[in-house]
Formats: sequence, structure tokens, C-alpha cells
Amino acid sequence: MLHEPAAPSGKEPASEFKKRVGVRMFIAYAVVYTSFIVINTAAPKLMGKPVAFGLNLAVTYGFGLIILAIIAGIIYNAICTKKENELAADEEDDVK
Amino acid sequence: MIYNASLMPIILFLAIVASVLIISILSARKTSSAKAYFAAGGSIPWSINGIAFAGDYLSAASFLGICGMIAFSGYDGFLYSIGYLAGWVMALFVVAEPMKKLGKYTFTDALDSKFNSPGIQLMAGISTLMVSIFYLIPQMVGAGALVTPLLGLPHYVGVIMVGSIVIFIVATAGMKSTTYVQFIKGALLIVFSTVLVVMLVNRGFNKDVSEDYHDFVELTAIADGDEVTGISESGYEISGRYSDGKGSFLRLTNNGYDNWWKVSDDGKLTEALSIVDSENGVKLYNGAPIEEQRFYPVGHMDKIVVNGEEVEATGPLTPFSYLSTIESSTVIRFVKHGFDFEGEHVSIWFQEPTAGSEILRPGLKFKVDKDSTPISKLNFVSLMIALFFGTSALPHVLIRYYTVSSPKDARKSTILAIIAIGFFYILTLFIGLGAMTSGVLDVESSNMAAPLLAKSFGKVLFSIISAIAFATVLGTVSGLIVAASGAVAHDLVDKYFKVKLTDRRKVVIGKLSAVGVGLIAILLGIMFKGMNVSFLVGWAFSIAASANFPAIIMLLFWKKTTAKGIASSVAVGMISAIALILLSPSMFERYGLSASQAIMPLDNPGIISIPLSFLTLVIVSLLTQKKVNTEKADN
Repeated sequence: MLHEPAAPSGKEPASEFKKRVGVRMFIAYAVVYTSFIVINTAAPKLMGKPVAFGLNLAVTYGFGLIILAIIAGIIYNAICTKKENELAADEEDDVK
Repeated sequence: MIYNASLMPIILFLAIVASVLIISILSARKTSSAKAYFAAGGSIPWSINGIAFAGDYLSAASFLGICGMIAFSGYDGFLYSIGYLAGWVMALFVVAEPMKKLGKYTFTDALDSKFNSPGIQLMAGISTLMVSIFYLIPQMVGAGALVTPLLGLPHYVGVIMVGSIVIFIVATAGMKSTTYVQFIKGALLIVFSTVLVVMLVNRGFNKDVSEDYHDFVELTAIADGDEVTGISESGYEISGRYSDGKGSFLRLTNNGYDNWWKVSDDGKLTEALSIVDSENGVKLYNGAPIEEQRFYPVGHMDKIVVNGEEVEATGPLTPFSYLSTIESSTVIRFVKHGFDFEGEHVSIWFQEPTAGSEILRPGLKFKVDKDSTPISKLNFVSLMIALFFGTSALPHVLIRYYTVSSPKDARKSTILAIIAIGFFYILTLFIGLGAMTSGVLDVESSNMAAPLLAKSFGKVLFSIISAIAFATVLGTVSGLIVAASGAVAHDLVDKYFKVKLTDRRKVVIGKLSAVGVGLIAILLGIMFKGMNVSFLVGWAFSIAASANFPAIIMLLFWKKTTAKGIASSVAVGMISAIALILLSPSMFERYGLSASQAIMPLDNPGIISIPLSFLTLVIVSLLTQKKVNTEKADN
């Protein structure tokens, strides 16, 4: 009685596809994040260099990581939703 | 610092508390089943859940702690914002949907979904409890810090007050009321933080921060060689002197008050703030009892440079020019130092002119450049790793996947949370730097930077921001206590000890657990008074990342993972992280010892405990493979 999900989630035909896309996007983001840590520890003076709008690399990179996370999230949702809709449409066709 | 309570903050505070209690009482009527209590019946719309996620996550650590750390240490505080947000990428891309599919009420359900293992139930239940408690400490410390300026009450009263209100909320209504409290609070926090930043940028910078700001005096020393023998200005007498690696300090007597000054290289003496603890228990603030109010708020611009020219004030700025002006200007920070002198302990905050270019890059707190050592760099890397991997392993974040109806909704609410949280974290840099330069900082409590900045815009904004900050603590503490009570009632009592419980009985156990965890949180909140709340949350992230994260990832991505591997990894990650924290320099200072005596040189254990947990899982899983294969063959 206590081991089923809190709400039934139904069949998830797109789950493998979403997992693949998610892992790839995560790796891409992790590379950008790791580069940030590496620059801070290996070449910290680089972080003080001006980049754009009078802001240095530290501030630009920091804002960039936050904005990149938001954009990547929106893109990921769009890709997943498109695939889910496609598979749902295929299932409907099969039923017909 | 002395805070005088006024009527408006009290009214707004009471209004917030009353609204929260009404929501709880109304929700309580619909909360009789375990599903309703622990997971709000899986019925929360994704949009509400997304903002509630933000409400959960933007805790006292984010609003009070990060803003405070930026106000005292510049960009290094902003590193927490970057790390906290980056962790959500992991949560969205890798964890959200699978965790939703696998679990029921708690993250232990998900870990245990393939195994039905008592080992996993026990270790994951305990880990949830431990992470929740470590996360509760900073929330309670934040609550104590808030009530002092808001209501003029001592720290411990604030902690007890928050603890009691939250125990009431959780013990009456559970996850549904917690979700709606978090939704309202998350939305209010983002809206009013935006208002604060708009007003701040529009005000720009001014060397003359306010009419009330203390005029910090500079004196000229009369020196004989290296030794200061007198003061050029009349009325000052040297009554003590102290030197160490941090510099030379003089105690001067003026108008009957003793105060400490820093001697600079050019023969000038700059006024400092000091607290002297004498052996007989008397505490003097700038040479006087606290009631005399000689202990001032601090933080101002030394030089404001716009387009290469020094100016007195900038007038309204844009967000970009706000940051670039700081970059080219100089700020007076007040840096803490402590020493023993004539049987008394002296805490001193001396003026440190700091170039904006240093403030807006790492280095003031985390030594990665000037004065850095391999250990200090490792400490920085360790923190950034824990923040990145900790988010997706926090129990109160994980349980929010179970309050929506489908994996798709879990994903959508996570994305909405990332947008809301990311936007807020960008604001923290402005709020922190604004507090640093607006003459509002209380050197005794970095946690009060954001509300005190709001106070510089008038009592109305201060009241609103403080009330929201208080609601922030209430909401996050509620979520954490629901997670902890779920661990006790569902993971330990029901599943591990296999006590036969009816649905209603399980809710009762959950509520009793909420009371117990709430009482522990109150006690720890009083004990850890004065520590920066974001720093404390860093520890909770380290424990979560070490205990839970390797188990979640390997369960999802490594087919050879076994139940024993998961249970051992959770145990090793949790125990090693907690042990390393207890042996860290910050804890040694807490024990009244020197930080240099600490057995563990790092303040952040993640870089050791996370790989250790992964390694344990792999080794134990490989060692227990044969048994699994045999079991499969038998089946």
C-alpha cells in the first residue's frame, strides 16, 4: 500500500529520450561550471579583467551561469514537451 | 548594536504570522490522510509548486546569509548564489522526473523503490533527519537575528517564537499549508527584493551616506621612529597599544571613553569599532555600555569614481553602471580582528579601504589569489562542488516532487523555480553591495544586511522586507520539518521498524516527530547564534551532497548498484561529512579553541566526503554482486 507513487504518473514513453537529453545538457553545463572553478583557482587574476558593459569576467561569468541555467531549462522543457506530444500523437494514431 | 522596535514592523509581522496560521488551520481540515499530510495529496498545480520551490529554496540562507556575506566579503558571497542556482541544473536535467516516478512521500521511497531494503530505509531516513536538522540550524539563527531589530527582542526569543509557530503549522496541516505559505512568501520575496533593487540603483552612490551616519574621525600620529608617542589632535591620550600580523592598534582615551584605533602606514589613525569583554562580565561597546549607543552602523564609499573622475555622488544609475561604478571606486569595509589585552578580550572592526576591483572578484573571503594556499583553494573548490551537487539531494526539495501529479509537472515546476530563483540570485549582488556602501551594516550580525538596507529607504520598506524575511524562515522551517517528520514516521517507524500503522496513526506519528524535530531546532538555533547563515547552509549542502547525491545518481545510472551499496554509501557519506565538519576550523573556534588547532584544515568537507561516498557505493556494490546474481537466478 505504501510503495506506490503519491499520484499515479502513467506510462512514460519519452522517459529514455528525456534522460538522454537531460544528461547531455547537464554535462554541457557542468563543463561551463567547472571552467569557472578552474579559472578562479588556476588564474584568479583573469576574473578581474573587463569584459563588457564595464563589468569584469567574474561578474559576467557569474551572471552568465545563472542566465545559462534558465535558458537551458527552457530549451530542455521545449524539447521534452515536443517529444511527449509527438509520442502521444503516435499512440493516439495507433489506437485509431 | 541597539535596535529600537517601532509599531509598523510589529503590525506587519503579526499580520504575516496571522495569515500563515489561518492558512494552516484552513488546510488542517483537509489533512487527515498520510498522502495529504506528507505530499499534499499530489494535487498542487505545477505553477504554484514552482514558486513554492523557490519559496523553499530562498531560505534565510539566501536572503539574509548571501546578502550579508556579499555586504561583508563582496563577490565571495555571490559565489553561493552561483553555486546554489547551478545545483538546480542537476535537479532538473537528471533528478526531477525519475525521482517523481520512483517515490511516494520521501526520497527514501525512491532510493528503496527497486530493493525494499531495511538498510536503505534506515540510513536514508537518518540521513534525511540529519540534513534537515543541519539545514534547520541556519534558519533558526536567521529567525533570532531578525526579531532583534524587528521587535526589539533577544535572539533566543526569536528562535523560540519561530520554532513554536512552525511546530503549530506543521503539526496541524502538513505539506499543503506549507506549500501555500511557501508560494506566498516566495512571490512576495521576489517582488519586494526587486522593488528594493530598483530603489537602490535609482539612488546611486553618495559619499555622505545619510545624516545619521557617524563621522569616522582620522587622527595624525606623532611618532618617534616606528613607535607612536602622541596624537597631534588635542583631547586624545594613548592608554594602550597592541600589534600583531594584522597591524598596529592603539587604545585612545577621549572624553572619558576608551576606544581602539588602527595605525596606518602613512602615520594616520583611523577610528575602529570595538567590543571589550572584561573578566567581570562587563561588555563595553566603543568604551561604553551598549545603552549609550556609541556602537555605530558602518559601510561607506571612500572614493566614488565615474568615467575616471572622482565625484561626491552619482545620482540615478542603471544596473550595469551601478556595478561598474563600484568596480572603479573604493569602499571602506570594516574587517574583524580579535586579541586579548590586559586580561580582556577585544573584538575590533577596523577600516579597510578596498578597491572595487577586489570586491567584485573572488578573494576577500575565499583565498584563491592573494595570500592563497593549496588548502584555501581546495576549500573553495570543495564548497563549489557541494553547492552544485547538494541541491538535488536536499530532502525538503526532493519531497516537493511528490506534491504535483505527474513527472511532467515536476519538470515544469522545477523550471519555473530555476527562473524565479535565478532572478532573485542576480538581485542578491545588488542588495549585498548596496548594504556594503549605504552605512547600514551591523558588524555583529552579517545576517541583517538586507533588512537594514531596506531601513535606509524608510520604515515601511524595512517593515515589509523584515516581515517577508520572517515568513521566509517560517516557510523553510515548515518544509524542513515536514521532510524530517516524513523520515521518522514513514521511513523509520513504518518501513524500517515495520510498526503496523493506520493511515491516521501515521499522520499522528508524523506530527509528534515534527514537535520533536522543532524542539531540537530551537536548541541548536540558540547555540549557533552569530554565525553567517549561508555559511551554515553550506554544511547542510555538504552533508546532502555526500550522503544522498551519490546514491541517487548511481541508482539512476549504474545497473550494478545494490541495496547494500546504497545503504553503505549513505552511511559513509553522512558520517564522514559530519565528522569532518565537527573537526573543521570553524567548529574549533566554536569550541573556544584556535582555528589553527583544527584537525581538519578544510571548512567544507565535500571534496573528501562526496568521492568517499561514491567509492563506497561502487566497492560495496561490486562486492555484493554475486549475491544479487544468485538471487536473480533463484527467482
